[in-house]
Amino acid sequence: MTATTTQTADRATAATVEFRSLRREFGATVALDGLDLAVRPGEFLALLGPSGCGKTTALRMLAGFEHPTSGEVLVDGEDVTRVPAHRRDAGMVFQSYSLFPHLSALDNVAFGLRMRKVRTAERRSRAAELLELVGLADKGERYPHELSGGQQQRVALARALALRPRVLLLDEPLSALDAKVRLTLREEIRRLQRELGITTLFVTHDQEEALSIADRVAVMRAGRLEQCAAPAELYGRPATAFVAEFVGTMSRIPGRLDGGTVEVLGQRLPVDGDVPAARDVDVLVRPEAVLVRADEDGTARVAATSFLGAAVRVMVRLGDGTEVKADVPAHEGAALGLGAGVRVSLPERAVLVAERRGE
Amino acid sequence: MARLKPWRWAVFGLAALYFLVPLAASVVFTVDVPGQGLTADAYTEILSTDGFGSSLLLSLELAAATIAVVLLLLVPATVALRLGAPRLRPVVEVVCSLPLVVPPIAFVAGISTVLKWGPDHLSHTPLFQTFVAIQNPDFPFVLVLAYVVMALPFVYRALDAGLRAVDVRTLVEAARSCGASWPQALVRAVLPNLRGALLNSAFLTLALVLGEFTVSHLLGFTPFAVWIVNVGGEQAQLSVAVSVLSLLLTWLLLLALASAGGRSRTTASRG
Ligand SMILES: Nc1ncnc2c1ncn2[C@@H]1O[C@H](COP(=O)(O)OP(=O)(O)O)[C@@H](O)[C@H]1O
Ligand SMILES: [Mg+2]
Repeated sequence: MTATTTQTADRATAATVEFRSLRREFGATVALDGLDLAVRPGEFLALLGPSGCGKTTALRMLAGFEHPTSGEVLVDGEDVTRVPAHRRDAGMVFQSYSLFPHLSALDNVAFGLRMRKVRTAERRSRAAELLELVGLADKGERYPHELSGGQQQRVALARALALRPRVLLLDEPLSALDAKVRLTLREEIRRLQRELGITTLFVTHDQEEALSIADRVAVMRAGRLEQCAAPAELYGRPATAFVAEFVGTMSRIPGRLDGGTVEVLGQRLPVDGDVPAARDVDVLVRPEAVLVRADEDGTARVAATSFLGAAVRVMVRLGDGTEVKADVPAHEGAALGLGAGVRVSLPERAVLVAERRGE
Repeated sequence: MARLKPWRWAVFGLAALYFLVPLAASVVFTVDVPGQGLTADAYTEILSTDGFGSSLLLSLELAAATIAVVLLLLVPATVALRLGAPRLRPVVEVVCSLPLVVPPIAFVAGISTVLKWGPDHLSHTPLFQTFVAIQNPDFPFVLVLAYVVMALPFVYRALDAGLRAVDVRTLVEAARSCGASWPQALVRAVLPNLRGALLNSAFLTLALVLGEFTVSHLLGFTPFAVWIVNVGGEQAQLSVAVSVLSLLLTWLLLLALASAGGRSRTTASRG
């Protein structure tokens, strides 16, 4: 499958999107609490965050279905807050199945062209072209109820692209699909986005999905932006404890702050990022950064193991009851039986710390 | 389930008897004239009786106008209710059910009182002309107004059930993000998916208007139902024949409406 030449927008002409201190209240709930975010031209940006943090609201602001209490939405530097939804030039794929039930797949895709008064022959050929782009060239005459969930979302994607929008908005488009379809469709969305070079916002609450698909990931929490960075940076250098724990797996190990260093597991390690005010802190560590050695004299014990393929994830219970997850290579993991005594240590690197959680 | 089957048939049979026996008796009564054997005279007579065509036409016109007005009123209202103010729904539901509670006699008494204001108080204002116009015997618009009120409970329920079955918000938003303005979204994306509900509403309203007697009679107009009663006063056999005919007619009209609705789906889907 190739993108048609007419379809391809080059990155130079793709739109920028910017949210400026965007705020939205619904009665007493604050859905967006001063969101600042800039999307680069042609970028694939994932909006990631727990349910209810305002992702959908932010996306709907850009689509024109929701209006900010205060703040601005800029597309290519222009404030679009007052532009009605149907003139926003934003294609949207919804979380729920949103195809028009009374129209065939082809007519669904052609709907926008019809609204723009494109001639019948032209819109049919263009709709057919788009269906081919999403791999459904032979399903044009089917009605939505005759299509699987994945196929429906493909048609919805084609429909969203039909008017050559300046931005593509996807609100958890894969969440209603089963795991396997989800994986293939997400690859396909990514491929299409690359081919078309269209600025894209992809909302998801699934961190793995966000990391695997996006150029940059914007992590949101309670209506605000926590961090916006490339996946590798987000994972490797999370800016806050929230990001650290939301993206990937993190264990907390109690430690004691001492100036710019922290004492943990009998080691003294430099602190990375913000230093909390309290002295009693938790050190945040990824499973792959935790070193576990079998040691009969160790106070830590193996509480559980699970086989992940190349590695074994070992749940270690420290002497004080703290549970730490560690990934060890499969051949070493075999030696660590349940209840085996182990010694846990951290590599000599700067670590992320967070204020200790209330017990 | 299988064990229920004989029961179903029994219930179905009983219901069929309940409806068909009176109908068959009526038909027999009209065609079997004592001393003359079987004859269709009663039916041929209807067509030549004065007022058959005009009263039927009037009823059909009233029905068409009522359907148009009640749908224009309630479709945007129910959609807006669903999208904008779901909390107002119980209020609207109660208001729309009121006509079921108010007896037609009381209703018509109210209407005549209001209509009397025309000559009594408003004779020097332009409103007087309006009052005259809506009581034009050729097309008494006041009946359309009354029928709209009487149809509210049925049409509201039919539309509400239809709207429940579709995700109106998503359909509208999908249409809007495809470049449709608000009215376009409503007409192109929502209405086609309410076809069943619209058809039901039209059915119920048509049946209601064709059979309505109290209000039109007491206000002094002669649509079909009133005409039937007037004719029946003079000749028993004729009046029963007319009833049978009107039943068949209503039935045919409903069939026509249904098939028209069915056909419009296939043409709409070609788009
Ligand atoms: N139309 C609405 N009316 C009232 N509250 C709303 C509305 N839309 C969203 N909210 C509230 O705003 C918050 C953010 O919602 P949303 O943007 O849908 O979150 P997310 O998509 O991240 O799960 C939630 O607390 C939600 O209950
Ligand atoms: Mg959401």
